[in-house]
Amino acid sequence: MDNLFLYVIAFLIFPGFLFTSSFGLIVSWIDRKVSALIQWRVGPPFFQPFYDLLKLWHKELIIPATAKKNGFILAPLLGISSVTLLATILGIINLNPEYQFIGDIIVILYLMIIPPLSIVWGGFTSGNPFGALGASREIKLMMGYELPFILAIVTVFFKVGSISLGEIIQYQHVHGVMLNLPSMIVAFIVSILCLQAKLAQVPFDISEAECEIMEGPFIEYSGPLLAVYKLMQSMLQVVFPWFLISIFWGGTSFQGWGILWAVLKYIFIITLVILIKNTNPRIRIDQAVKFFWGWVTLVALIAMILMFMGY
Amino acid sequence: MRSIIPIGPFHPLQDEPENFLLTVEGETVVDIDVNLGYIHKGIELLAQQKTYDQVVFLVERICGICSITHTVCFCNAVEDLLKIEIPERAKYIRTILGEIERIHSHLLWMGLAGHFIGYNTVFMWTWKYREPILDMMEILTGNRQSCGMLKVGGVRRDLDNQKLSQLLKTLDELEPKIKMLADAVQDDPVLKARLENVGTLTRKDAIDYCVVGPTARASGVNIDVRRDDPYAAYPYLDWDVIVLNQGDVYAKFLVRVLETLESIKILRQAVQKIPAGDFQLQIREVPPGEGIGRYEAPRGEDIHYVRSNGTNFPERLKVRAPSYINIPSFYASCINQQVADVTITLAAVDPCYSCTERMISAKDIRSNHLWSQKDLIEISSQKTIKIASELGIEPDLPILKKYLLR
Repeated sequence: MDNLFLYVIAFLIFPGFLFTSSFGLIVSWIDRKVSALIQWRVGPPFFQPFYDLLKLWHKELIIPATAKKNGFILAPLLGISSVTLLATILGIINLNPEYQFIGDIIVILYLMIIPPLSIVWGGFTSGNPFGALGASREIKLMMGYELPFILAIVTVFFKVGSISLGEIIQYQHVHGVMLNLPSMIVAFIVSILCLQAKLAQVPFDISEAECEIMEGPFIEYSGPLLAVYKLMQSMLQVVFPWFLISIFWGGTSFQGWGILWAVLKYIFIITLVILIKNTNPRIRIDQAVKFFWGWVTLVALIAMILMFMGY
Repeated sequence: MRSIIPIGPFHPLQDEPENFLLTVEGETVVDIDVNLGYIHKGIELLAQQKTYDQVVFLVERICGICSITHTVCFCNAVEDLLKIEIPERAKYIRTILGEIERIHSHLLWMGLAGHFIGYNTVFMWTWKYREPILDMMEILTGNRQSCGMLKVGGVRRDLDNQKLSQLLKTLDELEPKIKMLADAVQDDPVLKARLENVGTLTRKDAIDYCVVGPTARASGVNIDVRRDDPYAAYPYLDWDVIVLNQGDVYAKFLVRVLETLESIKILRQAVQKIPAGDFQLQIREVPPGEGIGRYEAPRGEDIHYVRSNGTNFPERLKVRAPSYINIPSFYASCINQQVADVTITLAAVDPCYSCTERMISAKDIRSNHLWSQKDLIEISSQKTIKIASELGIEPDLPILKKYLLR
């Protein structure tokens, strides 16, 4: 009973919903501020993402007559709950690798697919041609980046010989972080590129593309449901880099300077994402899929070959 | 499966209301329909109720970006009617203002094009570069836009020679930035992948659709009113017409970047060569007659037609803005492209709807049926038959019927 209570706390407060969402909003402020500085603008004040969310929360919720009502409402809720669960599992295993279970990475990988799927679901149920177009683009993009991403992750599986996140973290505690190996650096680069697409940032924000299809799947969303989607996206900005840190970069230790070190690692990854975002135009969906199935998959295979050769 | 994607009347792609109906199969556009007329302002009718001096201010308000374009074009038309030659200093002042306008208009488009393909850094940077040019306009004329400088027979106010030397300084600062932009455009592989071979308008299509301005010059059609039918001080200056042959969006981007550099060249010479002296003629009265003014706007050739009946009001003013000619070329450049490419192609002619809107569409609101030209002629001929039968005479329809058969 005590244990159950702790799990609920973990799900709702730390490292689950409250922590991830507030940290995510801070990160989205960093994203906006750094982008603004790159573009010679001033940028928003610190609390702007919170104000935005609060404003959306108080706005009217309009469900279009053409939408399938249940799916339209459930899709964002499904997305945000899966991200919360993802953050909880990641956080607990990072806090204490003993809490691992067999195949927890498989669970995590599946949970990572659910937020894009919820966007797809929301887009199709909105009954808007832009929404449907954006949703179909999201599916194509997902098919594109999942293959090299899984390949990059599988490289780590083979190196460690385990599909458990806890064991991967413990392995890195003993043998040093994965990024010491050249093959893992290559795999890490591949996963950074996939991360860019998973976070729906330029050049891979193809499904939202506000100048082409006007935010695509989100076009009909307004008020609280849009707030849920926005919150989900900023939580993803925390969770996905955190997953990469856990896999490739020794995880997060909460002892001594560990927490600062973890934050620095995180800022490094998110800065990379922001820089890529601000120095590239959006590419077309067919170019994106070709890019991921061609070059990126090739590089991921090279990483795997390097790993088997012992580098 | 075919579905229709509406771009507009309100869409982030364009700042002005217009409507493109893209018929798509998956992501491929198979048909396009253009609806204009959301911001029809009735300028031509208004112009008939104002004196020539007032019309100058009116045509300045046709478009916010091309405020010099339309005023100079109207003055050209009236001066053509009057058969007068304006003082040389006025010609140079018109050239300087026109080229400043071309620079800021091209920079505006480059920024927007960056925004449309999701490259917001380019958007913000070019608009930052555009600011000193607009400030320069304010220093020279007192206003960033719609400066009220033009007048039939010259310019309304003189330019201060000291301020012109400030213009040279601003240009010296601007030029390396534009060159950097030109290099960046030519070096960036992602930008090339996104813009090359997109929305290609072949030379034949460009001629068939009579496109003008940078749109035509990017397709290898060597036209420029500044050279072909000189006005202002262009014949006295040394400059080149930029012509590229690819016809895609990338070429259109490059033509505009290079034209901006060419404008800087023109401005430098104009500031050096500007003569002292009178800058306006006193126009007492306008005789009956008609005149045509042509002007190379940043978007292409602008034409004003003025007819006078001897009073101080123009009897008729007709404006043909460049965007109006460029819009039909979408049929040639957008079909069988991806939706993502069509949006940038639509933007690539730099359409300006506040210039373009001078037509009325007839639409039945209840059935959402848009009346075509044929429908309207049919209604008109039926009305003619009805009136004729009421009057008891034979309806005079052969010409109309011939038109309908066409």
